[in-house]
Amino acid sequence: MSGSPMRPELLRIATISRVEEESRGVKTLYFSDRLCSEARPGQFLMIWAPGVDEVPMSLSTISRERVSVTVKLVGEGTRAIHKMRVGDRMGVRGPFGNGFTISGSRPLLVGGGTGVAALKPLLEAMLADGVEPTFILGARSLDDLLFRSHLEKLLGRRLFFTTDDGSLGFKGFASDLAIRLMGERDFDSVYVCGPEPMICKVFEEAERRGLPIQASLERYIKCAVGLCGSCALGPFRVCRDGPVFNSQQLRLVRDELGRTRMDPSGLMISIEP
Amino acid sequence: MSQLNLAVEIGGLKLRNPVMNAAGVLGLSANLLKRVYEAGAGCVVTKSLGLHPRRGHPNPTLVAVEGGILNSMGLPNPGASYFANEVKRLKGMDIPVIASIFGSSPEEFIEVARILAESGADALELNYSCPTVGRERCLLDADPENIERVTSAVKDAVDLPIFVKLSPNVGDIVECAWASERGGADAITAVNTLKGLAIDAELRRPILSNIMGGLSGPALKPVALRCIWEITEEVEIPVIGCGGISTWRDAVEFLLCGANAIQIGTAIMYRGLEVFWEILEGVKGYLEVNGFTDVNEIVGLAHET
Repeated sequence: MSGSPMRPELLRIATISRVEEESRGVKTLYFSDRLCSEARPGQFLMIWAPGVDEVPMSLSTISRERVSVTVKLVGEGTRAIHKMRVGDRMGVRGPFGNGFTISGSRPLLVGGGTGVAALKPLLEAMLADGVEPTFILGARSLDDLLFRSHLEKLLGRRLFFTTDDGSLGFKGFASDLAIRLMGERDFDSVYVCGPEPMICKVFEEAERRGLPIQASLERYIKCAVGLCGSCALGPFRVCRDGPVFNSQQLRLVRDELGRTRMDPSGLMISIEP
Repeated sequence: MSQLNLAVEIGGLKLRNPVMNAAGVLGLSANLLKRVYEAGAGCVVTKSLGLHPRRGHPNPTLVAVEGGILNSMGLPNPGASYFANEVKRLKGMDIPVIASIFGSSPEEFIEVARILAESGADALELNYSCPTVGRERCLLDADPENIERVTSAVKDAVDLPIFVKLSPNVGDIVECAWASERGGADAITAVNTLKGLAIDAELRRPILSNIMGGLSGPALKPVALRCIWEITEEVEIPVIGCGGISTWRDAVEFLLCGANAIQIGTAIMYRGLEVFWEILEGVKGYLEVNGFTDVNEIVGLAHET
């Protein structure tokens, strides 16, 4: 409550030090920020494109020197963020939320689309801890696979690709391969981030096999500090109680998961498949 | 084990304790409000509800400032008819509900009030004065004449306790309190957020998309206490104190100042939902240590010195 600049909820202005085009419509923006350097994998930031919008983004790099967010172009706010160049300034609040907890020694990580961004710092932390993760990297097509060469270097044969169109690796959804691998190999925990229908399928399979799961979920976020309720998911606030939820919490929101979400006015609307 | 009484009655509404969430805080779903109640609150207050769904302002809608936060949510809400079902769910769980409502005309206030009265709300809190939508003329200007007119219209239309939430952004809050009393209000909630603005020096622009916002949190506390003092010196109806209450000590100060109950908002950001429990335990401790047996005994004591 003091005026300390180390309060995560305070807005800081960050200068972009590097921009990386990851794939079609996906860019990674690097910058330095002390609080973000101390973030836990899975925590998120509010990124303010001045005059346009402020949007929640997972940290895709967490290190002492620099951090990053990986942004998919989906609307007005992300378009403004995509237009930013090295030297441009943006607002940053956070890190917010709980982040992942590393447990087990043989985890399966399942990332679909830009959901991979939240899993990348988790994977790096796991490897630093001597954990041996298996990673399923999924996307619509070969060109959409995120951080492909980086993940290959880190994981070697423990990296699996899936593409919806079969242009690389397993043809189908990341969840399909996850279900198959869970049957074939011996995992002791599952981590998932990506489209909610995919998360749902991976969760249900993990439940069937009694595997503990942590899933990073997305909702419409306004305040990011647990006050406004705009990101409600069952009894939870995604911004404060999440964005990472464990098996026990996911069981409580089964009727909403992959089916409905709250729109900006507070109406529950159905999630498009 | 303890013989302490924490139950209060506010304008006919009986509550197990005098602590509740402030309107706008976590009030967008029955599930979240249930958590507020389970965290210890004596009742729950909904987001301010209007006739139609509103998406509110674009982000940024919240910025932290020295001593609190500024928000310009812009009254997002799913509309009274939709939320009526959430109120019914809460009533199904036996949770007392105060529905916060707003409208752009007396007729609209009445319509929204009727919908929520029918849904089973236990009381209505009239929001005349959210500082984040002023320019849109979504609400009536909070002048005493309007306050009296709308309060009495809603009072006549529904058979529920009516609370009027007052803004500190007025020349004389006592005029507004008198107007509420004349209009038949059963209690006053004081206060709403204080109109403010935040500029970023580096980007040389206002931070909130709506430019103006409402200040809440510790910085608002002395303003709220001053307003409650002035109001309780002049009107008879009970007051629900709101504005910068973060700890049990703040809560006790509001009660001593004349508030019969208190609402918590921004403190949930600093202290989590546990803040309800912490405040209740702290108030109990204060009563015990100071030889009181009933929370109502300390209401307004500061006026007697």
